[in-house]
Formats: sequence, structure tokens, C-alpha cells
Amino acid sequence: MTHSKQFCTFFVNGLFFGVEVLKVQEVIRYQGMTRVPLAPTMIQGLINLRGQIVTAIDLRRRLELAPRETDELPMNVVVRSDDGAVSLLVDEIGDVVEIQDDIYERPPETLKGVARELVQGVYKLKERLLLILDTEKTVNLTGAGNRVQEQKQ
Amino acid sequence: MNDQLQQQLIKDLLIESLEGLDTFDREMLALEKGEGNAETLNNVFRIIHTLKGSSGCIGLNKIESVAHVGESLLSLIRDGKLAFSPAMTSALFLYSDALKEMLHCLEQTGQQGAVDYSALLQKLQELQVVKPAESKPAAAFGLFEEEPAPVPQSTSPAVPDPARTSITVVDTVAAPEKVATDKDATARQATSVSDSAIRVDVVQLDKLMNLVGELVLARNQIVQFTSQSQEPTLLNAAQRINTITTELQESVMKTRMQPIGNVWAKFPRVVHDMAQDLGKQVQLVMEGKQTELDRTIIEAIKDPLMHLIRNAIDHGIETAVERRAAGKPEEGILTLRAFHEGGQVNIEILDDGHGINVAKVKEKAIQRSLATPDQAARMSDREAFNLIFLPGFSTAEKVTNVSGRGVGMDVVKTNIEKIGGSVDVLSEAGKGTTLKIKIPLTLAIIPALIVTSGAERFAIPQVSLLELVRMEAEQARKGIEMLYGAPIYRLRGQLLPLAYLNREFKLESSADTANTPAGDSVVNIVVLQADGRQFGLVVDEINDTEEIVVKPLGKQLKGITCFAGATIMGDGRVALILDVMGLAQHANVIAEVHDRSLAGKTKAVERADERQTLLLFNVGQNARMAIPLSMVARLEEFPRTQIERSGNQEVVQYRGQILPLIPIASYLPNAGAAPALSDPVQVVVYSEAGRSVGLVVGKINDIVQEALTVKRDASRDGILGSAVVQNKVTDLLDVIGIIRAADPTFYGEANKATKANP
Repeated sequence: MTHSKQFCTFFVNGLFFGVEVLKVQEVIRYQGMTRVPLAPTMIQGLINLRGQIVTAIDLRRRLELAPRETDELPMNVVVRSDDGAVSLLVDEIGDVVEIQDDIYERPPETLKGVARELVQGVYKLKERLLLILDTEKTVNLTGAGNRVQEQKQ
Repeated sequence: MNDQLQQQLIKDLLIESLEGLDTFDREMLALEKGEGNAETLNNVFRIIHTLKGSSGCIGLNKIESVAHVGESLLSLIRDGKLAFSPAMTSALFLYSDALKEMLHCLEQTGQQGAVDYSALLQKLQELQVVKPAESKPAAAFGLFEEEPAPVPQSTSPAVPDPARTSITVVDTVAAPEKVATDKDATARQATSVSDSAIRVDVVQLDKLMNLVGELVLARNQIVQFTSQSQEPTLLNAAQRINTITTELQESVMKTRMQPIGNVWAKFPRVVHDMAQDLGKQVQLVMEGKQTELDRTIIEAIKDPLMHLIRNAIDHGIETAVERRAAGKPEEGILTLRAFHEGGQVNIEILDDGHGINVAKVKEKAIQRSLATPDQAARMSDREAFNLIFLPGFSTAEKVTNVSGRGVGMDVVKTNIEKIGGSVDVLSEAGKGTTLKIKIPLTLAIIPALIVTSGAERFAIPQVSLLELVRMEAEQARKGIEMLYGAPIYRLRGQLLPLAYLNREFKLESSADTANTPAGDSVVNIVVLQADGRQFGLVVDEINDTEEIVVKPLGKQLKGITCFAGATIMGDGRVALILDVMGLAQHANVIAEVHDRSLAGKTKAVERADERQTLLLFNVGQNARMAIPLSMVARLEEFPRTQIERSGNQEVVQYRGQILPLIPIASYLPNAGAAPALSDPVQVVVYSEAGRSVGLVVGKINDIVQEALTVKRDASRDGILGSAVVQNKVTDLLDVIGIIRAADPTFYGEANKATKANP
């Protein structure tokens, strides 16, 4: 008996990512954002999600990929985390897919850098690889690179 | 289901009993003072009787049996078979403490606790032995019959015996209630109160408050939108929504209000105990008990108030002998006063003690290099008084057990400022000291000034706002001067350091004002106050004042000290709320004071012969130890129930991270068997490169500044050496060594972690 899981999929810089569907609160179109001065660059800003203030993290920057063209508007994948909702900015939304467990594999050893930390596994789909993101780690920026941090002297 | 019911019953019991025991303490004080009457005794008896009954009902046998012993004693007194004596008061206070202890234990662990109260019970039983000579059946309640001298009333002169302690609670507001002339009347009053009031879970109220907050935002949006409309029906409806929302907001806010008397209820007992310990006579006067405050604020001011009261009794009010010599009545008066004023709550703590000695304060400040002799000489009295709020300041000659709890007035000040309040101190030599605290009514919705800079809007809490200055370009060119590159504005002759919001936040500015003070357009200066100092914030545009709903920021942004939160504006966009204090520090406009407390974080202990600020604490029985305060990130208390285990490591959740706990005692040889941890556990948090550990110590004693000479080198693990601190040999803890021993990877990994969260 093999089990299957559902994933919400999306594209970031041509890569195909997935997040467990249960972790996703909702997917919304691009929204006007309020920039946060002094914040790490990967924090794109704050959005108003029906009265709740949600931090938006640019996944391209978080995953240390090439920056998005300025005319491309990202989509918000709002995920639930221990610390409330956080929005992940992605290029394009894919489908919700149901995948059997038997094509799952741990990320290859050759995966380096930040991806090694954030990608928790890979599904070998026929046409491409689906990289599964660890959302808790993704939204936790402690110790993440290129941080403009206020040192308390 | 059964279990749930039991939980609910226990919860009800806790709420009822803890409240009841506070009343018990209060009534006992009245009895001790001779102000009680039959109704008071009845009341006391009833509280205990209820507690015993309810705890018995739900199978809390230990609490029931302890309660029973006191009940028997009280019933004898009530029935007039036994005369009330002061010896009983202290036993009954201990008894009330024991009950509270068990109830707290029940609250935290679900168990009644393992403490043995047999000695106390023995004592209570001994007190019940009726001595026939003393029992006077004629008197329904024979108070103080074996007392040779009658205890004076508050108005009469005190007994000429300095060792005797007395305390009176003069309750100006609630006084009429206390004079129970008619038992039936009191009873009737009591039932009517319980009929018209219900207990509501605080969570429900918080939820309601949040919803109202949302409604306020939506209302703002509608009002903004309809202002462009001509449609009369729409305008009418909008108008109505506007007024209804305002009213609803006020009403919901009121449901969360509690009279400040709830916090004060504990103070008479505290004052009584402290006065007794210190051999002073103190009368506590409480005015304005009915003044209402939001419950979150009530929680937040509890500890600062307690600290200020302890301070006033310990350092303010003199002993009876000193008072007599100064020609004052022997009984010192400590007044707590609360009242509403200008949308804020004022709390004043007045003592009629010897006041703050300005010369001594200045001397101390110079000695601790918090001010230069020159500065001190120029200081006004008022400025000098405010020196006591600086970190590491204490004028008390002797650190006593009572007020030296490791936190000082600086902590009081920061705690009050954290909730948007302010503290001020006034003092007159020989006459007394007054501390004035001003706090907002609520935290959830605050008035704020909205400004724009670099096309972004920011909200500035109105409490930090002093004034607005607008200058035309021509004026600005002359008005703003540069002092070694730092822009300064002369505000009515005072130098006001300026910070440009665009520059601080690296925003592109809409006008060119940010780059040079001699720009072409208007300059707007928002004059702000942080930590008692003023500075000017230059912004592009000043918009409006608005009531805003404060919402927290995600943890990803917690590290940025410049923001206190965010809010949603009328147009639905998010605006950041500036933390004026954090911003001032970021812009270095008022940094001096804080540099001092945080500087030299990692300076080694070995640097002898130099004044150091030390944190003194106990480990185990009497091992007196110290570590430099510069190595301490924070002092924390964790209830034991918060401690969890991860592997064989004890940890607590702390600010969104997991904090490993290191019990110091187990890394010190000769510390004896590791003593049972106190509850709450006292923890010194140490941070290095983003990682933190908690060192579990026995008891935090004090913070002192001392010229340190290491007298003896260490031959023991975990100890750097010994020194004489406050005339006592004190061991210096080898923090780094102990952390290495507990977690060999701590420093290695700390270095590897690139730029971590401080």
C-alpha cells in the first residue's frame, strides 16, 4: 500500500516547488505592499490580509536565486507557520497535485547551500522534479544570509 | 467529560479562593488594627469555610484538612469563646500563605503540592486551647482583650515604642462599605452584586476587542470613502456607523476595565510585612481604588508598583526614631493615589520620608561615572532626581533584602515606558518623595500621528509626541545648523538633535530635503521624546492624527527595534508604527545612556582593579557568586511548569526560540547536592552570536558596582577566582567554562552561524 499526499505547487525562477496542501492557508494575487525599512532584503513587505498583517518573503531572494524582473508581479502563497500566517512570493502558481509516496527521495547530496537547508525532499515526477519546501525553515530567517541586522552594539 | 468538569471546578475554586484569601488578608489587618467588628470576623470565617467546603467537594483533601484547622480557630474566635490576639494574626497570615501556596501549586501542576504544613497546623491547634480566664462570653467578639495597651487609631499619636509596628489601611473610597452597621444590609448588598455580574473568560473579551478593532478600521475606510460622496442616505448611514462604532469601542473597552484596587489589594499585606521586617511604622492610604484600567495594563504595572512601594518603605520612610528626631509623627504615611486625567491614568506614590538627597545622588552619579562633576554641578534638582532611573544606580547605603531584588528603578522605568507610560519623580528634602506615573487607558487602540517619508506612511504614537515644527525653506536653511556633521535645530534656545527619517530608513525621498538641510522645500520636524530626552525627526509630510489599532509584526521582523508594530490605514494599506525609543537609538540621537549599559559585553572578568558592575546571586545553600553584568543579556523567571525536556537537556521556550537551561550548581564542585529548584526558576540569560543559554541560579540578590580585585586564583572548576564584594568573599563564576562544559559546541557553532539574530 502506498500513501499519497497533496501538494500545492508553484514556480520560482523556473524551478518547480511544492508545499504540503495542509500548510497552505490560501493563494492570492499580487497585493500592494508596505516596505519595511531596515529589514532583510528577502522581506518584500507587509500585506493586509483581511485585517491581519502578514509578512511577505520573496522566495527568489530566500532561495538565493536571480531577482525577479520588475514588471513581473509575484503571487502570494500564504502558509501557516508557528508564528501565524506568512506569505511566500512566487512567480507562478501550479496545480494542486496528488503524488504517491514511492517516488519520494531525500534531496540529493549534491544540493548545496540554502536549498539543502530548505528543500526537505524531492518527488521524481515524469516530466520534472518537484522540490518540497520545508515551510517552517523557510519562514524562519534567523541566521539566514544577507541580513541587514541591527546589532545591539 | 468528567475530567473536564473537574478542571472547570478547580478553575472556579482557584478564582474564588485566591480572591477570597486576598480579602482574608485585608480583613485580618483590620482586625489586628482593632478596626474589625463582628461582620469582619464573620466574613473571614465565611471565606475559609467556603474554601474548605469547595475543596472538600472536589476531593482536594490536603487543602481541605489544612483549611479545617484554621476554620476551627476562627470559629472559636467568632463565637466569642476565644479572644483574638496578635499572636494569632501572624499564625493566620502564615496559614493564608500556606493555602495560597497550595492553590498556586494546584494551578500550575494540578497537584496540591508536597509541602508539609504540620508545624503550622500544630501552632494553630495550640492557639485553640481556650484559657478560661480570658474567655468572656459577654463580648460577642473580644478583640485585643489580652493586649495591655490599646492599639492606636490612625488619628491618635503612635505608641512610644519604636519596635512596635503598626499599620492602618485607610480606605477613603470603600470606607462606607466597611462600616457594617447592619448585617442584613451588607448581606443584601452582596447578593445584588452577584446577581448583576457574571464572570466572562478573558479570551472572549480579547476576541471581542479584536473584532472591534477590525470594525474601527472598516469604519475609517467607509468614512474616508463617503467623504467624496454626495448621496445623502449613504452619508447618513456612514455617519451612524461612525458614532455607533465609537460607542461600541468604548463599551467593549469598558468590559476589559478593572479597578486598580484589584492590584492594590495585595499591597496592605506587603506593606505590613515589610514594615514589620524593617521595624518601621507605616500607614498605607489608598485613594481612588475605583479608577479603572485595561486589564493588560493592570498586569503590566503590577510589578513596577510593587517595586516602587518596596522602595518607598525601604529607602523613603525613616524608622520611628529618626522620624521623632526630625519632628515628624512616628508613623510614616505612604499614599497610593490613582485618578483619570486627560485620557490617561495617573498613579502617584507619595511617602512622607526623608526625600531624595540631591547631593548624594549627584555624588553617586559621579562616582559611577554616570555624569561628570561638571554636568552634575549644572544639573537642576529635577534632572538629578531622574538620575535614579539610570541603570546601575542605587543610593541606599545598604542593600537590604527587601528592595535589592536585582532589578532597579531603571527596570521600573523601562517597564512603564514599554506600555507607553512615563514616570516622574519629585522630592523635597525632609518632606518626602512623590513618584508620578502616567499610563494610557489601553494598549490596543492608540492615537497616533501619521507622517509620510519617502512615499511610505508611518504612525508615531502620540504619547511620544511633543510638538510639530514647520519651516519654510528659507527659514530652514538658517535654522538648521551642522555640528560636526550632525544636524541641530535651535528650539526656543535649546539644542535639538535632528534625525532624517529618509536617511535613517534609506528611503528615497520625494523632495530633496533629506540630503541637505538647505533643501528647497518645507522642512517638517516632529519633536519627540524618548527616555526623557528630546529629538527632532524630519519627515517629508505630516498628515493627520488617527486612532490606530496596534498589530504585532511577525517574528521575521522582531529584530528591528525601530518598529513597535503595524497598523492598517483607512485605505487598507499597512503602515508601520515607529518605536520612538528604538528609532532614537538607531539614529544615535540619544544613545549615550544606553551605550553605557551595554558596552563591553564580552570584556573579560580578569581585568582587575577596575569598577565593574556585578550581578550577585546564590547557588545552593550559601555559595555567594557573581558575574559581570555585561555578560548578562537578561534576567528571567520561568515557572517550573514551563520547563520542558529535549533529550537530556532541560529547555524553555523563550522569545520564539528554545533556550537550553544549565543548572550552575551541577557544574560546581562542593556546591553540595543540587538543591531543589525554586519555583519560579531564576535564570540568567547569556547570549553570544545569536545563541542563548539560561544559567539556572538559586536566587538573584543584587546588582552592585565594585572595584574588583581578584584575591585568590581558582583551583576549582567553574570558578575564575574570588574577590571581596560588599565586604563578603564572593566567587566569580566562569561562565564561558561552564557553558563549554555543558555544551562543547556552543562557541564553535556560534562562530559558524553567519549573522544571527541578536
